[in-house]
Amino acid sequence: MTAAPQSTTAVAKTGETSAAPFLIALRNAFAAALVAFGLCFPIVSYHAEANINNELVLTGRWPLSIGVSVLVFAYVLFRQMSPPDWRLWFDRVGSVAAGGMGGALVEAAREGEGVAPPSRARLSFSKWFGPFALGFVVLYPLIMLGLLGPAGSLKWINNYGVQIMIYVMLGWGLNIVVGLAGLLDLGYVAFYAVGAYSYALLSTTYGLSFWVCLPLAGVLAAMWGVILGFPVLRLRGDYLAIVTLAFGEIVRLVLINWVDFTNGYAGISGIPHVSFFGIPFNDDENGFAAIFHLPYSPIYRTIFLFYLILALALLTNFITLRLRRLPIGRAWEALREDEIACRSLGINTTTTKLTAFALGAMFGGFAGSFFSVRQGFVSPESFTFMESATILAIVVLGGMGSQLGVAIAAAVMIGAPELMRELDWMKQIFGPDFDPTQYRMLLFGAAMVVMMIWKPRGLVSTRAPSIFLKEQKAVSGDYVKEGHG
Amino acid sequence: MSNFLQQLINGLTLGSIYGLIAIGYTMVFGIIGMVNFAHGDVFMLSAFIALIIFMILTQILGLGSLPIAFVVVLVGAMALTALWNWAIERLAYRPLRGSFRLAPLISAIGMSIFLSNFVQVVQGPRNKPAPALPNHVFNLTVGGAYDVTLSVRQILIMVVTAVLLAAFWYLVQRTSLGRAQRACEQDRKMAALLGIDVDATISITFIIGAALAAVAGVLFVIYYGVVNFGDGFVPGVKAFTAAVLGGIGSLPGAVLGGLLIGLIEVFWSSYFTTDYKDVAAFMILAITLIFMPSGILGRPEVEKV
Repeated sequence: MTAAPQSTTAVAKTGETSAAPFLIALRNAFAAALVAFGLCFPIVSYHAEANINNELVLTGRWPLSIGVSVLVFAYVLFRQMSPPDWRLWFDRVGSVAAGGMGGALVEAAREGEGVAPPSRARLSFSKWFGPFALGFVVLYPLIMLGLLGPAGSLKWINNYGVQIMIYVMLGWGLNIVVGLAGLLDLGYVAFYAVGAYSYALLSTTYGLSFWVCLPLAGVLAAMWGVILGFPVLRLRGDYLAIVTLAFGEIVRLVLINWVDFTNGYAGISGIPHVSFFGIPFNDDENGFAAIFHLPYSPIYRTIFLFYLILALALLTNFITLRLRRLPIGRAWEALREDEIACRSLGINTTTTKLTAFALGAMFGGFAGSFFSVRQGFVSPESFTFMESATILAIVVLGGMGSQLGVAIAAAVMIGAPELMRELDWMKQIFGPDFDPTQYRMLLFGAAMVVMMIWKPRGLVSTRAPSIFLKEQKAVSGDYVKEGHG
Repeated sequence: MSNFLQQLINGLTLGSIYGLIAIGYTMVFGIIGMVNFAHGDVFMLSAFIALIIFMILTQILGLGSLPIAFVVVLVGAMALTALWNWAIERLAYRPLRGSFRLAPLISAIGMSIFLSNFVQVVQGPRNKPAPALPNHVFNLTVGGAYDVTLSVRQILIMVVTAVLLAAFWYLVQRTSLGRAQRACEQDRKMAALLGIDVDATISITFIIGAALAAVAGVLFVIYYGVVNFGDGFVPGVKAFTAAVLGGIGSLPGAVLGGLLIGLIEVFWSSYFTTDYKDVAAFMILAITLIFMPSGILGRPEVEKV
């Protein structure tokens, strides 16, 4: 129960009176345990399940809730009795327990944080880390293929490699809107959906190939970016976030209800798979394997998909980095820092915001059409608000505006829940009913909260200014303000 | 005409539930300026708590009297949901006070995901049917195309909502607690200088919001007879729409907005199509924010540089 360790830190902070320290600790621990018990009752203590007659039947689970309370009691008592410098570690251990793997990575990235500019070692680290990571990612499918063979590596390249790269690309696309222009967009998945349905409908209806549909999907998504972006230009901050959320939901609901056009909940299946520039990945005589004299295996398509999404993601990154140096990119960043100052300097905020929306949407559309060519099937289920929240979480946790941070955050946020599928050995400890995958989203939500509390500025909170006089100095995240757009 | 009257009754019932949730959004936004994204899931959690307390009362303790059970469930759900929201505020939002503006919103989104999945893990993903309760139905008209009916449940929902809103109105307008709260809403720093415990006031705001959401949760279970772990999101967004429509930060506005959203939803379903009723609610949200950001009763936001 992740709620329990969290509740301790809050209660433990009260009480610095003159009574004996042990008594205070005992009292606080008791209060914390009481709160934990209250939170567990009745939602954890009893399990309600409908029987065959559709009547609810309760089963008691008192040992679980009492166990949680005892754990909280012991934790708070030890934390209160320990010397002050230990308490920090208690909090960290408690939060890592609560936040799962995400917390551990934050802990690793925590060093060198603060108002002071980062040290030289840290700067050189961040200078070399990017190229090194890129090299690793380029070689990743080959390494996996070499280590595990075609059958064993399929899962690792597909579930981890391709899946993470999709979110890296989406994160970089949204980073233009949120990280650079400072416009909080909670409906980014709408453009992903537009891209996915564009390819799905164009290819199944008109038989257009992926390479024709890819730019079309981007253009269509960008067009929707402008259409949805135009009315919301006047809004700022939270209001903008909520309206974009509403637009995202509207797009999904239309996809569900406009059955003639989109086939509703059933979705569109039979979408043509990707081909190697015209050569299909099948076991025919003119298939990819036969032409290149390789034994047939589905792994080649997956590897091709991996390099395809890698290329698309790198294109996004390259364009973003170049745009940051152009006047439009500088206008975005100025807009993020202070819209009023921006306006008084004569920057046209309308076009600046619209270009950010359109470009972000375009990359979302590219990623969407890649998604549908990879899956061969699209349905509205894939474009829920959860997706938008996940992508936004990646951008914010990565440190808004930092390309490297977004990539790391995508790897953590998508890879860690995926890794939880591998935890079958835990069944030996907790019994055969224990299913670690059902805790994925639970821990994901908790990790979002914990990471916000620890590093509200994201993993890479320092940033290099895109324009400077003589010498480039990194700016600590504490000196910049964001999200006022 | 009879259809109109019937939909009016249904709309006001649904609107009462939205209004109760909307108060939680509007109060929190008024006092700390954040959209408490997890509020819809707090509402869903309260519905589960209420259902389980009711089962404990009837199955384990063997309580036979329904009115007593209703009062115990209502009070119990309000208290426990308030405890949850207090803990959530303490753990997920208070450490972020004074942080950059998006941090509490992201934290609230995380909390929303956490809560719905927490309920899914501890209570299972299937629908939870509420036990069948007697529901007397009154016929209001005789003749015409069909009868206009008003059920005991609908009366109960409207009466409970009205009584609790009156009590809440008294609390905010006439007590020192309410004064402290309104002071914090206007200027938190100044309120702190005048000796108001701002942190405690914010905690109490979350507690009151959760208690009202719990009332909505109890009424939701009684009205629909079924609850699921995913039931927090859509009512939550609609209640937020209600808060925005009424003017965010304004308490009468939240109730008014809730009733309006309930009526619009019901009339839309009746006269057009049920397929797009959620689209209608989201469109109202977008249109209100774009053309009338201060809502019906809200004060226009003046930005100081």
